[in-house]
Amino acid sequence: MSSHTLSVLVENKPGVLARVSSLFMRRGFNIESLAVGPTEIPEISRMTIVVNVESLPLEQVTKQLNKLVNVLKIVELDSTSAVERELMLIKVKTDLQTRGQVLETVQLFRAKVVDVAQDSVTIEATGDAGKLAAMLNVLEPFGIREIAQSGRVAIGRGSRSITDRTLRAVPGSQAG
Amino acid sequence: MDREMTEPPAETITGAQSLVRALERAGVDTIFGIPGGAILPAYDPLFDSSIRHVLVRHEQGAGHAAEGYALETGKVGVCMATSGPGATNLVTAIADAYLDSVPIVAVTGQVASGVIGSDAFQEADIRGITMPITKHSYLVTDADEIPGVIAEAFHIASTGRPGPVLVDISKDALQASTTFRWPSELAMPGYRPTSRPHNKQIREAARLIAEATKPVLYVGGGVIKSDAAAELKMLAELTQIPVVTTLMARGAFPDSHELHLGMPGMHGTVAAVAGLQRSDLLITLGARFDDRVTGTLESFAPNAKVIHADIDPAEISKNRAADVPIVGDAREVIADLIRALQKQTEEDELTGEYGAWRQYVLGLKRKFQPAYDKPAKGLAPQTVVERLSAIAGPDATYVAGVGQHQMWAAHYIDFERPRQWLNSGGAGTMGYAVPAAMGAKAGNPDRVVWAIDGDGCFQMTNQELATCAIEGIPIKVAVINNSSLGMVRQWQTLFYEGRYSNTDLHTGPEAIGARRLPDFVKLADAYGCVGLRCESEDDLDDVIAKAMSINDVPVVIDFVVERDAMVWPMVAAGTSNDDIKIARDLAPEWEDDDL
Repeated sequence: MSSHTLSVLVENKPGVLARVSSLFMRRGFNIESLAVGPTEIPEISRMTIVVNVESLPLEQVTKQLNKLVNVLKIVELDSTSAVERELMLIKVKTDLQTRGQVLETVQLFRAKVVDVAQDSVTIEATGDAGKLAAMLNVLEPFGIREIAQSGRVAIGRGSRSITDRTLRAVPGSQAG
Repeated sequence: MDREMTEPPAETITGAQSLVRALERAGVDTIFGIPGGAILPAYDPLFDSSIRHVLVRHEQGAGHAAEGYALETGKVGVCMATSGPGATNLVTAIADAYLDSVPIVAVTGQVASGVIGSDAFQEADIRGITMPITKHSYLVTDADEIPGVIAEAFHIASTGRPGPVLVDISKDALQASTTFRWPSELAMPGYRPTSRPHNKQIREAARLIAEATKPVLYVGGGVIKSDAAAELKMLAELTQIPVVTTLMARGAFPDSHELHLGMPGMHGTVAAVAGLQRSDLLITLGARFDDRVTGTLESFAPNAKVIHADIDPAEISKNRAADVPIVGDAREVIADLIRALQKQTEEDELTGEYGAWRQYVLGLKRKFQPAYDKPAKGLAPQTVVERLSAIAGPDATYVAGVGQHQMWAAHYIDFERPRQWLNSGGAGTMGYAVPAAMGAKAGNPDRVVWAIDGDGCFQMTNQELATCAIEGIPIKVAVINNSSLGMVRQWQTLFYEGRYSNTDLHTGPEAIGARRLPDFVKLADAYGCVGLRCESEDDLDDVIAKAMSINDVPVVIDFVVERDAMVWPMVAAGTSNDDIKIARDLAPEWEDDDL
């Protein structure tokens, strides 16, 4: 099994997220993470879906997704030619002795502190999955109280845009 | 969304009036449905419409009738129901249409938009429920959107790979004021089915066909959906390649044609099953390598290369990897293939030579015709179907449910034309036949329509006989009554040591310890139909002839048949097609195995 990152452009219509997740469930495809947000065009949303499959079912995943009437475009982003990021908020236990070490870790990973209390700090970190895992590993001994993590978002490197041509076809969009 | 108007803005009307006008505009002439609270506003303007509304007795009947109508006429079938249980009763028929790619539009009423999500009276999230079994679905809460959504729904249902589309409309949207605007064009950027096949793929396919020595045309329901029977016949005759037609494709190629090997699959003919198994090239047209065709996938046609043409790209290489994938409409694919093959012959003098192979499979066809032993006493179900076919002929439409009667019908009816055969293939829905036959007859009143049903299936939806009698839809029903859930019983005979757990329906005569409950002749009579019974081969033809002579009311014949008859050939579930049996514990004797 291997992870694949799919960027899926969809019409911003009610029920689209349900359709996509229902399709994954019905066909027995495994979602590792799913992030949905608006794009530069209000009529279009972008889903970044990380699926864990063999390569043959991946072809099935994209073909089945393509059959959904509200799905406009699917691009598989290869981690070597795309920037992939996840965002994590981490609440770590601290006391007077450990706070310094925790702050040092924050610096090392180029993360930042977004909230401080007597006995804890909350850290905001972004990066790829590997970096976040490494940071969690270092913070573990201090005592992690809570984690909130986003799904992965990704964008291809270079000047090419996957939205350009798709958007022209969408009624009501600026590009149309 | 800005849509140009094709006509001056009309007067202010209700959403319900707009719905009915939109359905008229979409070309609808018949709707099968039942009113209820949430859809009630729509039934008022429907009362004045040119559209015929057929009031069914159960929404499942409306759904299957819409399917039967669609398959018989080639147009989109329409069913209508109210919210909650009305809509959920459509679910089985929608799932059936999804698996068999039948173009239907289901219009359902929904509770008022302000109370959606509050568990209001007769509320069900029918869009959510049907999401995995529809090609697309809509929830409309704004009256202005109704015509556009209806136009899209009909377009989606009928183009590309056909399928069911659900349009759920809230009651307040039906009651609201609006103006009717029919879209001049549909803006669906995410929906662009490919019908034109790719030239390069066609050329590649033509090359494989010329190189093959044991090719088979593996024909599925897509050939019927795309009206490609004439092109298929040309292709087969041009190349002299043998043809198999799947359960969904019976009639796509004439049974009487020399090159036809019959139906492949779990209950396929020996020639069709062995033809696929031993082939070196499957020319797959609008078929989907269903498990009922392939048996265990790993052992299916192990030496064959695969050309797979389908209008749905997701079907290609889903179950069996294709060497040459072709996305396109079956008719265009076949027409292009014919041209490419002719050109190949003219320019490169390249033509396939399949004489030895043809002799081999046609030999199998002669040697292993589907056959059965007549019982010492009683009526053989296969004989009933054979005589029915002989007397009613290929001009009649035959509609079956699921089970033994369906398989006997698939084998022993002489299929000569597309759309001669309607059945529940993918979903295997018991109860399909009577309402689907009703829909077919309503869509084409001049056609003789025979439902061939089992006694189990028949009891699931025979309430629609009342609809048929009242609405003047004189279908004919042949109940192949073996007093049991026959196919399940057959499996119990073969795989559960004859332990007949819960398969006895007691619809047979006292002679076999049954109670004739219900008595189908009396039941037919109670529903205003003519009920006939046949228990012996001696009066078989007379009873069928009598049924053929009655054309003003529906006719039901209770064919009391021998209950131990089984469907052969058979490839047991989970085994390889190589293990086909032509009777219990009897494998075909293969000759020339080295071919």
